[in-house]
Amino acid sequence: MSDISRIHILHAAMVVALVICWFVLPVYHAGNLARIMVFAIYAMGYNLLFGYTGLLSLGHALFFGAGMYGLGLAMHLGGVSAGPGILAGLITALVVSGVVGFLALRTSGVAFMIVTLMFAQAGYLTVLLFGTYTRGDEGFVLPQATRALMGIDLSDAQNRYFAALILFAIVLFFIGWLVRTPFGRCLVAIRENEERARMLGYDITRHKLIAVILSGTISGLSGAAYCLLFGSAQAAFAAVPYSIFPLLYVLLGGMGTTIGPFVGTLFMFYLIDWSGGNMMVAGVVLVALALFAPTGILGEIRRRFIPWLP
Amino acid sequence: MAAVNILETKGLTKTYGGLDANYNVDFTLKRGEIHALIGPNGAGKSTFVGMISGRIPATCGKVWFDGADVTRLPAHKRISLGIAYTFQITSVFGKLPVRENVALAVRRIRGRDRQAVRAKVDGVLERVGLTEQADQLAGDLSYGHQRVLEIAMGLAQNPELFILDEPTQGLALPEVEAFMQLVKDLRGETTILLIEHNMNVVMEVSDSLTVLNNGEVLARGTPEEIRANADVQAAYLGGA
Amino acid sequence: MEFGPHLMLAALEGAITAAILALTAVGLSLTFGVMRVVNVAHGEFFMLGAVAAWFTSTAIGGHPALGFIAAAILAPLIIGVLAVSADWLILKRLDYDPERTIVATIGLLYIIQQGALIGFGPNAQPVEPPFSHRIALPWFEWTEAGFEMYYPWGLSTNSYKLFIIFAAAMLLLGLWLIMTRTKVGLVMRATQQDRDMATAFGIPVERIYALTFGLGAALAALGAVLIVPVQQAYYLMGHDPLLLSFIVVIIGGLGSLRGTIVAALLIGMSDGIISVFFSPTLAKIIATLLVAMVLVFRPQGLFGKGVH
Repeated sequence: MSDISRIHILHAAMVVALVICWFVLPVYHAGNLARIMVFAIYAMGYNLLFGYTGLLSLGHALFFGAGMYGLGLAMHLGGVSAGPGILAGLITALVVSGVVGFLALRTSGVAFMIVTLMFAQAGYLTVLLFGTYTRGDEGFVLPQATRALMGIDLSDAQNRYFAALILFAIVLFFIGWLVRTPFGRCLVAIRENEERARMLGYDITRHKLIAVILSGTISGLSGAAYCLLFGSAQAAFAAVPYSIFPLLYVLLGGMGTTIGPFVGTLFMFYLIDWSGGNMMVAGVVLVALALFAPTGILGEIRRRFIPWLP
Repeated sequence: MAAVNILETKGLTKTYGGLDANYNVDFTLKRGEIHALIGPNGAGKSTFVGMISGRIPATCGKVWFDGADVTRLPAHKRISLGIAYTFQITSVFGKLPVRENVALAVRRIRGRDRQAVRAKVDGVLERVGLTEQADQLAGDLSYGHQRVLEIAMGLAQNPELFILDEPTQGLALPEVEAFMQLVKDLRGETTILLIEHNMNVVMEVSDSLTVLNNGEVLARGTPEEIRANADVQAAYLGGA
Repeated sequence: MEFGPHLMLAALEGAITAAILALTAVGLSLTFGVMRVVNVAHGEFFMLGAVAAWFTSTAIGGHPALGFIAAAILAPLIIGVLAVSADWLILKRLDYDPERTIVATIGLLYIIQQGALIGFGPNAQPVEPPFSHRIALPWFEWTEAGFEMYYPWGLSTNSYKLFIIFAAAMLLLGLWLIMTRTKVGLVMRATQQDRDMATAFGIPVERIYALTFGLGAALAALGAVLIVPVQQAYYLMGHDPLLLSFIVVIIGGLGSLRGTIVAALLIGMSDGIISVFFSPTLAKIIATLLVAMVLVFRPQGLFGKGVH
C-alpha cells in the first residue's frame, strides 16, 4: 500500500472514529469533544505556519479573535444571519492576517515572535477600547434563535457536535492535501533551510505570506465557529493565553504532523480540565516538552515506529 | 533568440564597509563554455558569483543573463530564468530524504506533474550515482555524497548556467575524479561557471579561466595562457 | 488643578514608572544581550520580588523600614538563586536554542504565576513604605504682581516616591560600574561580543550565563521591591512590566544597555504622562503598535547602530 493511501485511510478512520464517539461517549465528554474539535481547527491552522513553515508566531489569538469578532459583531450588531456571519469572520481574519503577515514577515526569528505578540496585544486592547460594542472582558452572547444555519439549530448539542466535526474534517483533509502539493513541500523546505530553498528559485516571501494568510484564516474559521457554536465572544479569547494555547497543542501533539494538533488539543484540554483550569499544568507541560520531547507525541511515534505518518 | 554570451557583467562592484570585495569587474561568458574562476583566498570569487546569482546585492554595476538585464531581479527570479547555484558550504535539506531534496529542485519547474517529477528525479540520481541512497536522509549522507547531492539539485533544474562554488573542496581523490567526469559529460548541455582551488581540476576541465585578485580581474585566457602568465604566478606566490 | 501643575504631577509619576522600568528592562536586556535568549518569564521574577517583599515585611513586623531593608537584600538574592537554578535545570539543557527557550520560559511563566497563586493567594496585598512624608510641591507663575511662587492645593508627592527614583538611579549607576569597571563585567561583555571566542579564551561561558540570568532576575525583583509600597503585591502583576520591558528593550536596540535606559525614560515618562491625559488603553495600543513598527522597519532599535 502506498503512503498516500495509508494517509487517506488514517484521516478517514479518524473522522469515522469521531462520528462513533458521539454515540458512545457520555454527554459531558461528547460536549467536550465538540469544543476540542473547534480548538483543533485552530491548532491545525497554527501548525501550518509553525509546524510546516517553521515560523513561530506568538500572536495567533489575533486571528482567532478576528474570526470570532468578525462573525460575532456582524451577527450581534449587524444583525446578519449565520451564513454571512461566517463569511464576515473569514474575511476579517483574512484581511488581518494579510496585513500582519505583510509587515511581520519583514522580520525573522525572535523579532517575528515579538512583532506578532505585539500586534496581538494591540488587537486585544482594541477589543477592550471599543467596549461599548464588544462589551470587553464580559463579552456578549449570541441569542439562540440566530444560531442556525440552513434551518439547523446549532445550539443543539448533537447538531453542534456534527457541525464541529464537519468543519474539522474539511480542514483536516484540506491540510492533508495542501502539505503534499508542491506548495506545501516548499513550506517544509523553507522550514528546513530557507536560503537553500531561495536558491532553488522559490519565492520565499510569497510562500511565507500565503502560509500566514492560510494559517490566520483557518484560525479565524475556528474563532468564528466557536462564537457561532457556543454562542459567545469574550475579549479573553483574543488575549495572550489564546496565542500560547495553539503553540502548546501543536508542540504536545507533534509539529508538522496532520493529526498532531488534534491529539495535542485533546490531551491538553483534559489535562487542564482535570487540574481544574490551572495553568500550572500547561506550564509544566511546556517546560517538559521543550526539555524532553521537542517533536511531540506524534513526532516521537513517527520517529520510533511509523515513519510514513503524515 | 539566444544571446551568444549567456552572462555578462559591467563594472560590478561590492563594497563592505569601505572595503571593495569586488571592484569594477567586467566579465563575459560564452554559452556552452566551462569557465573557471580562480584566485587566492579573499580574492572576491564567492562575492562575485553571489552577485551574479542575486544572493548578494551589488553596490553598483550591471549583470546581464541571456541578453536580459537582471541586475534588479531578486535571487529566486534569476534562478527561475535558468541559473543554478551550489553553495560553497554544503547546504542541503538535512532532515529530508535525498529524493525529496532533488524533487524540490525539479518541482519548481515541473510543478504538479508527479510522474514527470519522479522520472526526472530518478534520472538525476542515476546520473550522479545516488540511486542507492535515494531514501536516506540527506543529513545522514557522507560529506562527499552531500556535495554530490548539491550538484544533483543543480542538475535537476536543467540550468542554462550552472554556478559551482568550490565543488571539490574536501572531497577524496576518487570523488574528485568522478566529479571531473561529470563536468566533462555536461559539456554541451549547459554553461558552467566554476570556482575552484584544485589546479588539476581547473586545468583539465575548463575551456577558459579568469583570475581574480583583490577583487579585480587580473587575467583571463585559456589554461595554457594563464599557466604562462607572469602576473598570475606572482599573485599566487605572493610576490607581486 | 490647572494644566501646569497637573502635568508636573504626571511627569513625576512618569519618572517613577521610568525608574522601575529601567531596572526591569535592563535585566531583560542583559539576558538578551549576553545569552541571546528571550526570557518570557521575566515579568514573573518581578512579581516574585513584590511577593517576597510582602512576605519579609509581614514576617519581620516592627518598623516598616526593617522589613524594607530585609526585602531589598533577601528578595533579589532568593529570586536570583531561583533564576540561576532555572538556568541550570532548564535553559542550559536546551543549549539556549532561541525557540525552545521561549517555549520553556512561557512554561516557567505559568509555573511561577500559578505557584504564586497557590502560595500567596489571589488577593492584592499592600506593603507599607519604610518612610513617607508628604512633600508639597511649589508652582511658579507670572502674574501682574510679578513672579509668584505658591503651593497649589493637591500638588504634592511623598518622600518615598522621590526615594524610588533616587534608588533606581543609584542601582543603575552601580550596574554600569560593574559592567565597565570589574572583571565580571568585562567577561560578560566579552561573552556578549562573541561566545565562541570567549570559550576559546577560557571564559566559563556556562557560569557567566547562569550569573547573567540570575542578575537579570534580581534586577527585576529589586525594581518590584522598590515599587511595591506604592502599588500592591499581586500574583498577576508581572504582565505589564514584561510587555513594557519588551517594548523598552526593542526600542532601545536589543542588547544595548545605554539604549535600554534611554528608552525606559522615554517610554516610562510618556506612559505616565499619556495615561494621565488619555485613555490608558489607547496609550498601550499606540505603544505596542509603535514597537511592532520599530521592529519591522528599524530592527536595530531607535538608538542602536545600523547593521552593515
